[in-house]
Amino acid sequence: MTSTFILASLIEPSVGLIFWTTITFVLLLILLGKFAWKPILSAIKTREKGIEDALASAESALKDMRELKSNNEKILAEARNERDALLKEARDTKEAIIAEAKAKSQSEADRILASAREQIINEKNAAVAELKNQVASLSIEIAEKILRSELSSDEKQKALVNNLMKDVNLN
Amino acid sequence: MTNKINIFRKFSGVYLAVFALFFMVSTSLSASEPQEDGVIAQEGNGAHVVDPHAKGGKEKVNISEVAFEHILDSHSWHLWGEHEHAVSIPLPVILKTNNGIVFFMSSEFHHDVHGKVVVERNGERFVNFEEKIYYASADTNEHGQYLQTSTGAKGEIEVSNAAVLDFSITKNVTQMLFSAILLLLIFTSIAKAYKKHGVTSAPKGKQSFFEPLIVFVRDDIAKGNIGAGSDKYVPYLLTVFFLILINNVFGLIPIGANLTGNIAFTLVLATFTLIIVNINGNKNYWSHIFLPHAPKAIWPILIPIEIVGILTKPFALMIRLFANIAAGHIIVISLIGLIFIFESYAISPVSVAFALFIDVLECLVAFLQAYIFTMLTALFIGSAVADHNEDGMHTTDDDHLVEAKH
Repeated sequence: MTSTFILASLIEPSVGLIFWTTITFVLLLILLGKFAWKPILSAIKTREKGIEDALASAESALKDMRELKSNNEKILAEARNERDALLKEARDTKEAIIAEAKAKSQSEADRILASAREQIINEKNAAVAELKNQVASLSIEIAEKILRSELSSDEKQKALVNNLMKDVNLN
Repeated sequence: MTNKINIFRKFSGVYLAVFALFFMVSTSLSASEPQEDGVIAQEGNGAHVVDPHAKGGKEKVNISEVAFEHILDSHSWHLWGEHEHAVSIPLPVILKTNNGIVFFMSSEFHHDVHGKVVVERNGERFVNFEEKIYYASADTNEHGQYLQTSTGAKGEIEVSNAAVLDFSITKNVTQMLFSAILLLLIFTSIAKAYKKHGVTSAPKGKQSFFEPLIVFVRDDIAKGNIGAGSDKYVPYLLTVFFLILINNVFGLIPIGANLTGNIAFTLVLATFTLIIVNINGNKNYWSHIFLPHAPKAIWPILIPIEIVGILTKPFALMIRLFANIAAGHIIVISLIGLIFIFESYAISPVSVAFALFIDVLECLVAFLQAYIFTMLTALFIGSAVADHNEDGMHTTDDDHLVEAKH
C-alpha cells in the first residue's frame, strides 16, 4: 500500500458511506426530533417556566410580606403615637388637676388664715379694750384706795400738804 | 497535508507540539517504507535482506499501513490477529452492479484486501483491493492478484479494473447505525423520564448528564449565535452535536471505527449545514452576496468570491472535523508503532506515556470538535438569518447611542 494510494482513499469520500450517512442522518434527525428533542426541550422549557414562575411568585410574596411588615410597622407606630398622646394627655390632666387642687387648697388656706387673723385681731382688740377698761377701773380703785389711805388722818393730810409745799418753790 | 496544517494552526499551542511529534514519527515511518516489496532493510546491525514470509524470519510491521488500516473504512470489523489468523466480524457487502444488486458477507473474501480472492455472484466476479471492490480480471497478474495494475510515476499502484458501486454496510456504517440506535435509545428514554417524573423533580441519571449538554447547545450554541428564532434549528444542532460526539468517543475505543475521521461522513454533515444555511438565508444574506456594499467596479471580483464563500464555509467544516479526528488517530497508532519500529520493549514506556497523553487530549478534542462543528453551523445559520446587514447594524447602534445620550 503506497502512501499516495492511502492519501487518495483517505480524502476520497466513498459513495456508499455518503449514501448510508445521508439516510441515517435524515432518519435520526426525524426520529430524534419527534421522539426526543421535542418532548425534552418542551419539558425543559416547562420546567424553566415553572422555576421562573415560582421565582416570580416568591418575589411577589416577598414584596407582599414586606408591604405587610411595613403596614404593621405603620400601625404599630400609630399605636405607639396614640399611646404617647394618651399618656401625655393623662399627665397633663393629672397636672392640671393637681395644680387646680393646689390652687384651691391654697386659696382656702389663705381664706382660713385671713379669717383667723381677722378673728385674732378682733379678739385682741376686744381683749385690749377689756383690759383697758379693767385697768381704768383698777386705777380708779387704786387711786381711790390711795386717796383714802392718804387722807385718812390729819397728820397725813398735813404731811401731804407739807410735801406738796416743799415742792413748790417759794419764789 | 498543508491543508491540514492550516486548519490546525488555529489550535496552535498544543497542536504544534503534537505535530512536531507527528512529523518525527512520519519520518521514521517513511524510513521503514522500503519493506513494501517484502524486503526489510535492518538498520544498525548492517543491512541484510529477509523474506518476510520465510519461516523463522522476523516480519516487520509496516506502521503506516497499520495506521491507515485503522483510520480507513473496512468491509469487515477487524478485532485482532493478522492476515489469515485475523478474527473479525463479517459485515454485509452490498454492490450495485450492471446486473442489479449483489449481496454477500465480507467473510467470503477471507480477510483478503490484496485482490487475490475472487467472490462470484450472478456471473460477476469481485475482488477486494485495499477495501475497494473491483470487478475481477479473468487472470492473475504477476503478484497473484486478479487485477490489472500498473505502477505510476510516483511509485503508486494504479488499478485499471472497473470499480463497483459499493453500498456495503461497512465498519463505519455499522458504527453509525449502532450510534444512531444508541442515541435514539438514550434520548427517547430521557424524554420518557421527563414524562414519567414530570418537570418539577430534579433530573436523574442519564437525564442529569445530558440535560446540561442539551441546554448548553440550546442556549450557548443556538441562541448565542442565531439569536431570535433559534428554536427552529435546535433539533438539527442537537442531532449533529450528539452524533459527532458519540462517534468521536467511539473512535477513541481501540476497536471502534473512525467514522468522524472519515471525509464521507463529514461531507454529508457539512452538506446538510450548507443546505440549511442557504435555504434559510434571508434577503440581507443574499444581497450581501449579490449586491455587496462596494463600488460596482469591483463587483465582478467580489461576487464570485462571495459565491465561493458559500461553499468554503461548509468545506472548512468538513475538513476540520475529518482532519482533526483522523490525525489524532494516526498519532496514537504511530506512537504505539514506535515500539515495533524500534523493535524494543524499552521504548514502550515512552510510547505508552505519549499515547496516553494524546488519548487524553483526544478526549478533549472529541468534545471540542463536536462543539466547534455545531457552533460554526449555528454561526453560519445566524449570519444567514440575521435581521440587518452591517450598515443597518451601525445605524441602529448609533441610534441607541443617541438615545442613550438623551
